[in-house]
Amino acid sequence: MAELLQHLLNGLVLGGTYALLGIGLTLIFGLMNVVNFAHGEFYTLGAYVSFAGLALAGLNFFAALSIAIAAGAALGCLCEVALLRPLRSESIDTTMLVMIGVWIAMQNAELLGWGGVAKSIPHPFPTAPLVLGPVAIAPLRLFVLVLAAALIAGSWLLIQKTKLGRAMRATFQDRDTAALMGVGIGRIHAATFAFGSGLAAAAGALLGPIFLVYPSMGDLASLKAFSVVILGGLGNLPGATLGGLLLGIAEELGAGYISSGYRDAVGFVIIILVLLVRPSGLFARQERIA
Amino acid sequence: MTRGGGVILAAAALALPFWLQSPYHLHVAIMAGIFGVLAMSLNLLLGYTGQLSLGHAAFFGIGAYTSALLTLKLDWSFWPALGLAVALAALAGFFIGRLALKLRGAYFVLVTISFAGVISLVSVNWIELTNGPLGLPGVPAPALGPWSLRSKTAYYYLVLTAVGLSYLVCRRLVRSRIGRALVALRENEPLAESVGVDVTHYLVLAAVVSAAMAGLGGSLYAHYTRFVSPEVFLFTYTVTMVIMVVAGGKGTLAGPLVGAVLFTVLPEALRAAASWQWQMLVYGVLLVLLVFFLPHGIVPWLAGAMPRLAGTVSASPAPPPPDAPPARG
Repeated sequence: MAELLQHLLNGLVLGGTYALLGIGLTLIFGLMNVVNFAHGEFYTLGAYVSFAGLALAGLNFFAALSIAIAAGAALGCLCEVALLRPLRSESIDTTMLVMIGVWIAMQNAELLGWGGVAKSIPHPFPTAPLVLGPVAIAPLRLFVLVLAAALIAGSWLLIQKTKLGRAMRATFQDRDTAALMGVGIGRIHAATFAFGSGLAAAAGALLGPIFLVYPSMGDLASLKAFSVVILGGLGNLPGATLGGLLLGIAEELGAGYISSGYRDAVGFVIIILVLLVRPSGLFARQERIA
Repeated sequence: MTRGGGVILAAAALALPFWLQSPYHLHVAIMAGIFGVLAMSLNLLLGYTGQLSLGHAAFFGIGAYTSALLTLKLDWSFWPALGLAVALAALAGFFIGRLALKLRGAYFVLVTISFAGVISLVSVNWIELTNGPLGLPGVPAPALGPWSLRSKTAYYYLVLTAVGLSYLVCRRLVRSRIGRALVALRENEPLAESVGVDVTHYLVLAAVVSAAMAGLGGSLYAHYTRFVSPEVFLFTYTVTMVIMVVAGGKGTLAGPLVGAVLFTVLPEALRAAASWQWQMLVYGVLLVLLVFFLPHGIVPWLAGAMPRLAGTVSASPAPPPPDAPPARG
């Protein structure tokens, strides 16, 4: 029982960051109709920026995290304006190819810049775990869980309560009508892509100190983000949050009770099963397959 | 391509070992041939049905592992092992086609990626069978009756035969009812369905043939490098195939071959100037540039430019761009 609780807690920590990844991707996918295969690269970017900030520049954790988010958002914005905006009237396959190109280019740029050796990010937290009744958690992990929860709540507030969020929701529902009502679609797209990329960078900066940082870490992150989106349904923010937590817990349980070698297979199997059995996602109301 | 041009190219390919003296150049030619088979295989799906498989390395890897395991562990000879490798890859293609082709676009891409991911994890973790990350060394060289095909020249002809056969299969398929049905599906699925094209049937057929060809490429690769490891599932292989098809011209018969030759020879030529990471970086940038500036690929562009350059209008008008952007929807 204690073991199960421990797995659930670990899954929650992992799931919080998966939710961040998934929320960013589901917004980009749902609102812009862009299959962003470069999403994981923004995650990698966040992790490396945090490494540079903490290990090289000696900043504190919050400053490094903020810079990582800003860098992810800025590069995401640039990506939208330079590459996706000219292709807005093209088919979804065209933009998908472009994003695959961006993915390969960014990953190999990171490989060239940082080298292939995995780096570990130093962090200021004590390594002795906090014991809470039957379970134990490292202070760093607890901190990551709290920050992820705060970022998720912040995203939810932004989408639900601000004018920008309302414009984003309107664009998601019906782009043309939103444009007719005076919503600047170009601005909304740039903001969405920047926002999603910033969240991915935040996830990378948060998970970076827990795991190692290496150039191809974004591949699995992309796939996990896609599993979360597929679990939660397209453009569905609460769905992505729940989906992220579910995936994190499923992975922990799979690694704990089946085989740790197949930990990452959990995400793949979820993608295949959900797409085959319930392609609209577990929590979705609308049909999304053309 | 005109018939005369095709004959000249085939003759040049046959004569290649006579004027390529260095084994290194022959090695590049062999790799170009193997990638030619793989690119043609991906083109059947991406070019003709419009569905992008980003798990194509899985079929390639299944072919490579099947062939290697049969010859190493069960002492099968090369030819039946090759046959079973092709058959198993086709079977995997059948299942993925059956399961995934209900889904289109991004969802199809995701299912194929996930499938490749699972297969790759199995190859790493099922150590009793696959020897895990260490791989399987010592895959035997093929033999034809009493003759070993160990030499590079012999292997070149083996690969060339495979390229020729794959090309003929593609041409036969594309120019038949099936090919027209596939293109109809790509351009307008509801319309094609409304005139009686059986969507699932044709898409699964394309997936099976495509996977079988990728399996053939895998088997040829395993017996050429004589070593198979989970690296055959690397995403790099899939990316290389995609670049070859998109650059050469998706939905054309010659495009994947042009792309395969170009993107095997170019990196080798640039090897001295740039490391492997630079190459991949350039691939990524190139893919973006191609989408912007040469969206139909080299072959359709040449087909359009050739008559203009010659100042004549060819007897058979250049085909319309094979992948005119489909209507949004």
